[in-house]
Amino acid sequence: MPEYRWPEMSKRKVMGKRLSRLDGVEKASGRAKYCSDLNKPGMLHGATLVCPYAHARVKSIDTSEAEKHPGVKGVRVVAPAGTEIQWAHWEVAFVAAETELAARDALKKIKVEYEVLPHVVHEADLKKVQSRAKAAGEQIEGDPDQALKEAAAVSEGFYGIPVLEHSCLEPHGNVVSWTPDNKVELNPSTQAVTSIRGDMARAVNVPAANVHVHQDHIGGGFGSKFQPDRWGVEAAHLSKAAGGRPVKLFLERNVEQVIAGCRPSAFARIKLAANKDGKITLWESQSWATGGFTGGGSPPIPYVYTRIPNQRKNHSAVSTNTAPIRAWRAPNHQQASYLTCAAMEDLAAKMKMDPLELFLKNVDLTARADTYERQLKKAAEMAEWKKLWHPRGDAGRGPLKRGLGIGVNTWGGAGHDSTARCNIHPDGTVEVELGSQDLGTGTRTVIAQVAAESLGLGVNDIRVKIGDTNYPPSGTSGGSTTVGGVSSSTRKATLNALEKLFEEVAPALGAPATELEAADGKIQVKGNPAKSLSWKAACAKLGVKTISETGQNIPRDAPKEGLNTGGVGGVQIADVTVDVETGIVRMNRIVAVQDCGTVINPKTAESQICGAIIMSICGALMEERIMDAITGRMLNNEMEFYKLAGIKDIGEILIHLEIDEANDKRGVIGLGEPPAIGGIAAIANAVANAIGVRVPVVPMTPMNVLNALSGRMS
Amino acid sequence: MGPGAVAITLTINGKPMKVSVEPRETLLDVMRNKLDLTGAKRVCDRGTCGACSVLVNGKVMYGCTILAIDAQGKQITTIEGFALSGGRPHPVVQAFVNNDAQQCGYCTPGFVVAAKAFLDANPNPTYEQVKDGLGGNLCRCGTYVGVRQAVLEAAKAMKGGRNA
Repeated sequence: MPEYRWPEMSKRKVMGKRLSRLDGVEKASGRAKYCSDLNKPGMLHGATLVCPYAHARVKSIDTSEAEKHPGVKGVRVVAPAGTEIQWAHWEVAFVAAETELAARDALKKIKVEYEVLPHVVHEADLKKVQSRAKAAGEQIEGDPDQALKEAAAVSEGFYGIPVLEHSCLEPHGNVVSWTPDNKVELNPSTQAVTSIRGDMARAVNVPAANVHVHQDHIGGGFGSKFQPDRWGVEAAHLSKAAGGRPVKLFLERNVEQVIAGCRPSAFARIKLAANKDGKITLWESQSWATGGFTGGGSPPIPYVYTRIPNQRKNHSAVSTNTAPIRAWRAPNHQQASYLTCAAMEDLAAKMKMDPLELFLKNVDLTARADTYERQLKKAAEMAEWKKLWHPRGDAGRGPLKRGLGIGVNTWGGAGHDSTARCNIHPDGTVEVELGSQDLGTGTRTVIAQVAAESLGLGVNDIRVKIGDTNYPPSGTSGGSTTVGGVSSSTRKATLNALEKLFEEVAPALGAPATELEAADGKIQVKGNPAKSLSWKAACAKLGVKTISETGQNIPRDAPKEGLNTGGVGGVQIADVTVDVETGIVRMNRIVAVQDCGTVINPKTAESQICGAIIMSICGALMEERIMDAITGRMLNNEMEFYKLAGIKDIGEILIHLEIDEANDKRGVIGLGEPPAIGGIAAIANAVANAIGVRVPVVPMTPMNVLNALSGRMS
Repeated sequence: MGPGAVAITLTINGKPMKVSVEPRETLLDVMRNKLDLTGAKRVCDRGTCGACSVLVNGKVMYGCTILAIDAQGKQITTIEGFALSGGRPHPVVQAFVNNDAQQCGYCTPGFVVAAKAFLDANPNPTYEQVKDGLGGNLCRCGTYVGVRQAVLEAAKAMKGGRNA
């Protein structure tokens, strides 16, 4: 069996290099075809009718006029009379027609009568929604009452972080055909090429072997695109009804923003206590969150500083008449980081202590004391903490107040189950095939780098083929598990194939296969480059045979093999300026120090961190789902008033990725999620440091900042 | 004209294109649904995000805010019209690749179009001007750091008559 371990850092020729992504030109030139770009012969267009009420019962539905509308090829009702609808924008019916306009026009001809029922869409005030709250039961550690008695300092605060919408730029949807031979061809926008096949097969009751999935590119997912969803399944039914013509059905933006992804909220009253030395002794929290109608959303608090000796925690899940949550880049961690780090910053302010000192003094309450201590110090140095930090509220005269704040993160990120196949052809071409997907993280590129490294070739010698169920199964891209999974399976598949190639060429080189190595585009006798064959000449020895070998990453075995592991920490420090007259928060800078394992491509790895931080800036300062209490509808379900940061809003971003021998020995660890966690906490703490009061509720919009400054609850 | 479909001719990337459209159809939808020009993406569909950016008589505009019938008689340039020539990437495209100014890539063609128009008008931009000039486009993956660097690099690369 080949030695699968990664080559030593100093000996790597392709891995670890700052290569540009291989599909970069294709995407930046507009040539890349996303599934929403497909125009197939005979393709119909689908449209979705949604319910305008947050809670209602369908009394009657009449589609006869819609069915007669010119160009309409099918109408499917999914909320028949009697259906109790539990959130606004619940899907009611789907139409397929010759053109998009005909499909939309037909929707207007569907007559639905509703009995409107009472709804609840706000959860910020727990007292008002007690009847909708489900308590999880009290959790106690140590002796919180005694700890409170003995505390030298106690801080109490209320904190809230809202529901966000994923806002993928490519909406959810697919092109799908279900032909009379009972075969389903599916082109979805998905984070789960392999598993969506089985999900679709079950939903439409055809054998999984009859479903073929293909996706070249996905326009954003962030945790919201794993399932075929109701619209995907209904589009398949509409195709079948139309004799198998492909149906393209992607959600309209105003629907996408409401039902195709929500991050749960989190609210908490938190009491934190410390002894006179600043050692945290007590955590008490009464927290609640909504994850939509079915409840859910429970942040893991206290976060990172999990070993606070005395704790009392109560959490309630609040059911609201809002769309269900979907996984969000680091589910529940942003909320937990915000709640914990904000409470710690407030405790430090109460004690008139430098929060950096408080975070440092308590690192033994974390699972990675050494990591966080090192990172806090490094981040402070990069953020010029000593020079720029000041006690809370002591930001000098004038309306512009500058402040610094800290946020922390932790994540797993070990590789998922993944199988790769490596084909070496007699003409020397190499294919690496996986039923995986590239979310924009650079998955194609890292696969090529691993394959090239393993085969002694360059990245352009490798044809990476992903996004198709004809390739071996690979896990979903969630939990930052992709890079660990696909790099490990690619490593094994390519080395397995290489071993076969060695056997084929050993006679020609007059040495046993075990004495051969691949390097610099050659197969050579170890330590004797003079006895070699070029890659092409070596492959020519295959005659008419193609080598095809697989390799698998099996998560439970991976730690033993050392190719990938999980478990990282990171620290972010934000530097902001707040105008206390307008309430506008401006980003000066964010520093991110991030733990990582083996980094295959530092360029795309840094892009992940930049993107994660910018997403945090959006979440800290701009984004929120705004619900209308009276109608129960989302008011900002478009992109003008659902605010995302633009290029001017982000300040500067300084990154320190801890690439070194010690970290490298841990193997590959996913990086998409950890740096997306601590930024909101860091920015919130920086604002508090700048203006002297806590803005209790995120996002820190001008209204919320001004309310905090004037002592009003926001 | 209308309300039913009417035959019009659009001049896109220097070529006349005959197409039947309803007066209410946007240039973006006509390009994507009827002409298979899909580099411009439909994201917000309300003139906010810039993913559908095209050049109309050399000026950057949102394809979702223009009716196709109003685009008659105008020179429309899409990403497909300049991004590659003879397989060689335009300097702006190359700079986006070099600086990893893209992740999922769905907003990227819009950014490239906006960046080209910006550099055509401002061949020697400062860092601050780059931020202002690209303020009309949104990215959800957060690629702005790369975009800023890419536009500055493209400005350098486009000097010396390579401003195609």
